[in-house]
Amino acid sequence: MEKRVTFKGIWLPLLLVLPQIAITAVFFFYPAGQAIWQSLFIPDPFGLSMQYVGLGNFEFLFSDPFYRASFLTTAIFSILVTVVSMGIALYLAVLADRLIKGSGVYRTLLIWPYAVAPAVAGVLWLFMFNTRVGVVTWYLGLLGYDWNHVLNGEEAMGLVVVASAWGRISYNFLFFLAGLQAIPKSVIEAAAIDGAHFWTRFRTIVFPLLSPTTFFLLVVNIVYAFFETFGVIHTITSGGPQQSTTILVYKVYSDGFVGQDLGSSAAQSVVLLVIVGLLTIVQFKFIERRVHY
Amino acid sequence: MAERTGMVEKRGAGLWLTHLGLIIGLLFIFFPIWLAFVASTVDQQEIVRPPMPLWPGDKLWENYSEALLSGVNAPVAWMMLNSLVMAMGIAIGKIIISLLSAFAIVYFRFPGRKTFFWLIFLTLMLPVEVRIVPTYEVVAGFGMLNSYSGLIFPLIASATATFLFRQFFMTVPDELAEAARVDGAKPMRFFWDILLPMSRTNIAALFVILFIYGWNQYLWPLLITTDPSMNTIVMGIKQMFPSGDDIADWPVIMATSILAMIPPVIVVISMQRLFIRGLVDSEK
Repeated sequence: MEKRVTFKGIWLPLLLVLPQIAITAVFFFYPAGQAIWQSLFIPDPFGLSMQYVGLGNFEFLFSDPFYRASFLTTAIFSILVTVVSMGIALYLAVLADRLIKGSGVYRTLLIWPYAVAPAVAGVLWLFMFNTRVGVVTWYLGLLGYDWNHVLNGEEAMGLVVVASAWGRISYNFLFFLAGLQAIPKSVIEAAAIDGAHFWTRFRTIVFPLLSPTTFFLLVVNIVYAFFETFGVIHTITSGGPQQSTTILVYKVYSDGFVGQDLGSSAAQSVVLLVIVGLLTIVQFKFIERRVHY
Repeated sequence: MAERTGMVEKRGAGLWLTHLGLIIGLLFIFFPIWLAFVASTVDQQEIVRPPMPLWPGDKLWENYSEALLSGVNAPVAWMMLNSLVMAMGIAIGKIIISLLSAFAIVYFRFPGRKTFFWLIFLTLMLPVEVRIVPTYEVVAGFGMLNSYSGLIFPLIASATATFLFRQFFMTVPDELAEAARVDGAKPMRFFWDILLPMSRTNIAALFVILFIYGWNQYLWPLLITTDPSMNTIVMGIKQMFPSGDDIADWPVIMATSILAMIPPVIVVISMQRLFIRGLVDSEK
């Protein structure tokens, strides 16, 4: 797409793009290039010189059991966050879509968590499940269940998943509701006249027609779980216990800033870069050709 | 959707079940927020002897004024000001540079235009989380640690907004630019008098999204603000927890959590229409 009508001039447009070029070059391209460059070196223990190791950092990375474990942790975490939050959001959107009046009120209330930062969501859930003062912990104790996410890796994973999914429900709900409201009611009514019950209608008509929205949300939520949940992990578990909630982004941070292992952290950044690139390509490819046609 | 009266919407018992289902969902969403609010209105003694009450106490004023005026490491009022500067800086800064470059891309033919377009396209793919270590080094090299510019600039280095404005400018009828040219108007006149007023809604929608994005940042402020007086409120909450075995000052921490969510919640709720529009625009 090109504009037919344009203005003349070369210096003015260059001046107009200059601020963006400058900021992007300094704070984006240079650091991204540095990450790729640094991933090929290891600094000596005193940080005085760098030794070229080629793909050595990557080989080391993928032979490191902790890193491979972190991959698996990230996969489990992202899938759970995506499924839980999309599931709840779809359930609420289907219900809200059935209302003739009042869906606006529910929508206004349900968009709250979108405004709550992941790190704040982390603190709220940490408070409920705190081992000493948490309300939920206390009531679980009454039921004879001893909740301790500080020691139990599975409970820690459950807690960060729920806190991350909770903050994402509004977003998914808004997109699902918009998708549902775009489905022509005549199609559904025709099926209803033919005697199809709610569940049949949902399975055979609504869900397939909703697939572009669902697919879009799937990709966006995985990206969210990969990158934007750092705040939740950092506030609730700091990656523990025994690295059971150390997702890839958290590991870049803990190896790079806490462990000061710059070569490995840079190599991890490059791996993440490839993953985001792939996800973006998938997103563009599939959103172009609408899934259900 | 008020006039939509189909035959498949539920009435009678089914209607009540639908409401019931939604209310259960709302309880799940609001319980953590409610609990945080209750905790911010009672004193520490009521929290450390579980179970804590589920109904607000009478210490609201004490807890919030303690948080705002003294906090734990730095007064929360101060951290909120830092967050406000950061969120506004990101939203306004990004909107300005994006408007200018989108105008240049759409309304001019200049050397390097295609290259520039693809360069900014690349930035869509890389969140700041991926390149934290080298970006940190750049910011440190400029002496921008513990500064507002260090908080703001790295986060406006992405092109989502440029794309949005480009899409919008493409839909503006050519006749307007044609007329401006015939009248002998300078390009910037056209930009200022015609394009900008037409983009008002898009700008506002984008502002809502970017404000929340900026306010809710966590990792970046955590890295570059080592001085408590530069902490933003969202990252400052975690810093309020004691490192050892001491019990956290829960009422003050929860008051801070509530304070951290009030500005973005107000923005989202009061500008709901613009917010939903901005959300859909910026993702599709």
